[in-house]
Amino acid sequence: MQRFSALSIFRRGLAGHESWQPQWRRAAPKGAYDAIIIGGGGHGLGTAYYLAAEHGLTNIAVVEKGWVGGGNTGRNTTIIRSNYLFDESAALYDHSLKLWEDLSQVLNYNVMYSARGVMMLAHNVHDVQVAKRHIHANRCNGVDNEWLTPEQAKEFCPPLNISPDIRYPILGAALQRRGGTARHDAVAWGYARAADALGVDIIENCEVTAIRRDASGAVEGIDTTRGALNTRKLGVVAAGNTSVVMAMAGVRLPLESFPLQALVSEPVKPAFPCVVMSNTIHAYISQSDKGELVIGAGTDAYTSYTQRGGLHINTHTLDAICELFPMFRRMQMLRNWGGIVDVTPDRSPIIAKTPVPGLYVNCGWGTGGFKATPGSANVFAHTIARDEPHPINAPFNIERFRDGFLIDEAAAAAVAH
Amino acid sequence: MLLIQCPYCGERPESEFAYGGEAHIARPADPSTLNDDQWAAFLYMRSNTKGIHAERWRHARGCNRFFNALRDTTSDRFLAFYRTGTPRPALPERQP
Repeated sequence: MQRFSALSIFRRGLAGHESWQPQWRRAAPKGAYDAIIIGGGGHGLGTAYYLAAEHGLTNIAVVEKGWVGGGNTGRNTTIIRSNYLFDESAALYDHSLKLWEDLSQVLNYNVMYSARGVMMLAHNVHDVQVAKRHIHANRCNGVDNEWLTPEQAKEFCPPLNISPDIRYPILGAALQRRGGTARHDAVAWGYARAADALGVDIIENCEVTAIRRDASGAVEGIDTTRGALNTRKLGVVAAGNTSVVMAMAGVRLPLESFPLQALVSEPVKPAFPCVVMSNTIHAYISQSDKGELVIGAGTDAYTSYTQRGGLHINTHTLDAICELFPMFRRMQMLRNWGGIVDVTPDRSPIIAKTPVPGLYVNCGWGTGGFKATPGSANVFAHTIARDEPHPINAPFNIERFRDGFLIDEAAAAAVAH
Repeated sequence: MLLIQCPYCGERPESEFAYGGEAHIARPADPSTLNDDQWAAFLYMRSNTKGIHAERWRHARGCNRFFNALRDTTSDRFLAFYRTGTPRPALPERQP
């Protein structure tokens, strides 16, 4: 791997930047692997990286039906935070947040993690109570989160309209200063490059068509559009398509796939200093370093695999954005798109072993998986390598739905996600 | 926005409707005889079909009645609308 540094960039720049190698090999399928990961998004590539870096498994393949980072990793609004209500969630998301902090150094790749603060608005008495409950629960778990009055919120984010006569007046906000954003593509590319350097084969344009199992029921390999591959350990990280892949092994999961849309504006000079979220009116906004406003909407109502969605969902979000930030009213939107998110009944992920020996699944991230990329990958690699969950992901098993131990962030957030 | 045909009121925009999830999931006749796996399957497990999906819709801003629909989740195209309590209609092999 050619390491990036100011010096190496300067030197190769003098030579016209012609001596750079591709950042990962165009690997061909090799027949047999110690572990195979299905899904070349951030979570899957990260899993392969941590399997190689922390658990010594280097004979690994990541198979991806499209291209690296072309699914939800490249389609989200890149918000990073860990201010979840329940102890289990706080442990998982904060584990991830701590990994974000030095991820660029660890991967030698600038993922542009920017702790610019995530501010979540409260618009009614219920919001205020929920936000304060979250703040207290977070602080008990060592997760920073603080309450701001409307005036303090305005000071932190000057474009905010705190006028009391708007349709959704702002009664206050919860601020997690360690929260922020990162560059979504760089996360996928950084993990891909680092995993490749450790010997991981990243096989793009390779769609899984079947999961093969031996007489005892254990995984023995997969069939793909690029041939059969043998393995005893198979990790499925297929986001919206998880139900489809897991059905190949006869495993039914409590998942439904919904379109989730986002859009970006034309690029403008730096105007927006932080991330602002409003769960109540479904508006999520930040400004990328390229200058575009990155805006997230809520999910569409119905299950779908189309990576599209209804325009009225975006319109609803833009109505809210224009009222909260009147200065954006004349901005023009450049692009909108959808991703397919796999949602669990309690809106918490599943990172677990399955009833099939050798088959592991990391899914159910719903509308908020990007922030968890490093932590999710880290504990999932542990689960695959040791055949037992890390203490952090042990509660995020499939059996919780049978046993009644839901981690009910859906109810905690008290909104439709 | 989808155009949805309520079997009672006719074609209306999606914004008049509420989605009701997968159709044909009958509440167990005698829940006390179910074990935990069966109860979890009823409550939480869904087919999440990539293809033709039978689902419920409710005309929330109209007649407020539930009905069922068949929709292809790879294109969001509706293939049939039918009343609750009637069986899932058979579809011709190939759609034009």
